[in-house]
Amino acid sequence: MKTLKYSVLTLMGSLHLIPFYILLSMALKPSDDTSSKWIFPIDMTMDNFSNAWNQAHLSQALMNNFIITVCSVVLIVFIGALASYPLSRFPTKWNQFIYLLCISCLIVPALTILVPLYSMIVDLGGINTYWAAILTQVTFQLPLTIFLFTGFISSVPRELDEAGLIDGCNKFAIFFRIILPLLKPITATVIILTGLNVWNDYQFSIFFLQRVSVQTIPVALSQFISQFQNQISWVAAGCVIGMLPVTVLYLFLQKYFIRGLADGAVKG
Amino acid sequence: MQVKRKMLSSSAILNIMYIPALIFFAVFIFYPFIEGIRISFTNWDGYSQQYSYVGFEKYWAMLSDKNIGTTIINTIIFGFGSTILQNILGLAYALFLDQQLRAKGLVRTIVYLPVIISSLIMGYIWYFFFQFDGGAVNDILAVFGAQPIDWLSSGPRAVWIITFVNTFQFMGVAMTIFVAGLQSIPKDYYEAASIDGANWWSKFKNITLPLLMPAITVNIVLNIIGGLKLFDVIVAMTNGGPGYASSSLSTMMYNLYFARQDAGYAAALGNVMFLFIAVVSITSLILLKRKEVKL
Repeated sequence: MKTLKYSVLTLMGSLHLIPFYILLSMALKPSDDTSSKWIFPIDMTMDNFSNAWNQAHLSQALMNNFIITVCSVVLIVFIGALASYPLSRFPTKWNQFIYLLCISCLIVPALTILVPLYSMIVDLGGINTYWAAILTQVTFQLPLTIFLFTGFISSVPRELDEAGLIDGCNKFAIFFRIILPLLKPITATVIILTGLNVWNDYQFSIFFLQRVSVQTIPVALSQFISQFQNQISWVAAGCVIGMLPVTVLYLFLQKYFIRGLADGAVKG
Repeated sequence: MQVKRKMLSSSAILNIMYIPALIFFAVFIFYPFIEGIRISFTNWDGYSQQYSYVGFEKYWAMLSDKNIGTTIINTIIFGFGSTILQNILGLAYALFLDQQLRAKGLVRTIVYLPVIISSLIMGYIWYFFFQFDGGAVNDILAVFGAQPIDWLSSGPRAVWIITFVNTFQFMGVAMTIFVAGLQSIPKDYYEAASIDGANWWSKFKNITLPLLMPAITVNIVLNIIGGLKLFDVIVAMTNGGPGYASSSLSTMMYNLYFARQDAGYAAALGNVMFLFIAVVSITSLILLKRKEVKL
């Protein structure tokens, strides 16, 4: 029985690794090696990686991804935490309506308003700029952020606020001195969830960031594959490079990634 | 008591704290949303300055568009197909990994890995499996002497392959939520049932399943919304083709706007898609919430 269970466990693990094995085998194969993707290359080469790195402008793309994600996440956390405090602490009828309005944005698929959004960004001169990409990313991550923060703040005892008031803090000082420092665990969750969404985003980036100087990794890879369709091992190498940063981060911090998801979902 | 009253009465000033968020929503969601309704009543091509109002013409056009039927059916398969697959597989994995096993953490880590990777890259990886020439699946067929198959050339087949890829990528989410749900069920329920002589199946049916309902609700709603708006994987694997045979409402909208330059039609389709997703997700949320039991 025990052996059977461990065989099933091993089988599950290896089945899920197959796609990554195939990808790696393709990326390491020299261009004159036409053997099956299943056969791992004996003469491994790094040429595909250097070609992908240069042809797909991946150094620029990584830099862009980094800038956009960091700026977006900082704004998301700050604006989201700020908004959540009054929404969770002072649930007047009006504030409940505002909260509902924020949360209902969760259901709106960003793509459904693509046409007007795109034409608006064109009119504002935001195509191929960081700011347009950052501001739209922030907007579409805010509902989830507000949802998580308000849920967390309502679990913080109100007595803390009252103690602060008695000690002479004004209302804003209560937020910045007492509530904000307590938000650390949920902030980690928000950073991971929204950071991943922004980092991996393709649907907005493909519209707003088409020029090489501003494009992100998903956009760079999609344009790379349409340009070098016959150089499939370059594309594979590009994919490996593209997924490397988050994968490494995930392997080191997997506990937080998985907990972040459970936190985000269970409170729903 | 006095303190409490004082806090609530003069707390209205704190409402300025959510104004920045509201400005973001107003500018980038509410305004475009209303603009989208206006554009859907025009014949705007997306570029020129001139266009005229055509009333419901773009909505009527949908009824006679022969591609729209396929696209809606595909979208429903992406939405409900992935939901069913992800929940069944996710639950099976969670139940299996809930036992005392060494290295189960490692397997969870592996199953969850695709969740963090860009869907576009995941689509490319699976494209390498199903491509006609030198695809990994056809290589296996060749070992058995079978003819290679052009997997992604047939619409219905491609739709199911894409559904499978979406399931593969996000079943880690379902698994994780189910694992969290299973851990929240008190162990003494099972002990009491064992004393009463209940077998595995009746324990599963009478204890596990009812108490997992909140997790099931979250999973179903998340998966339906995710599946109905699927975009990246489709772009990577088939780009909606051949023709519109494997397209979803999202990829069709993208095509209408950027390739066919029919912004009015694309906006109309966007509105229909919004309505569709909102109705489906809110209905399933309400139906499922009703089934939940409290501990």
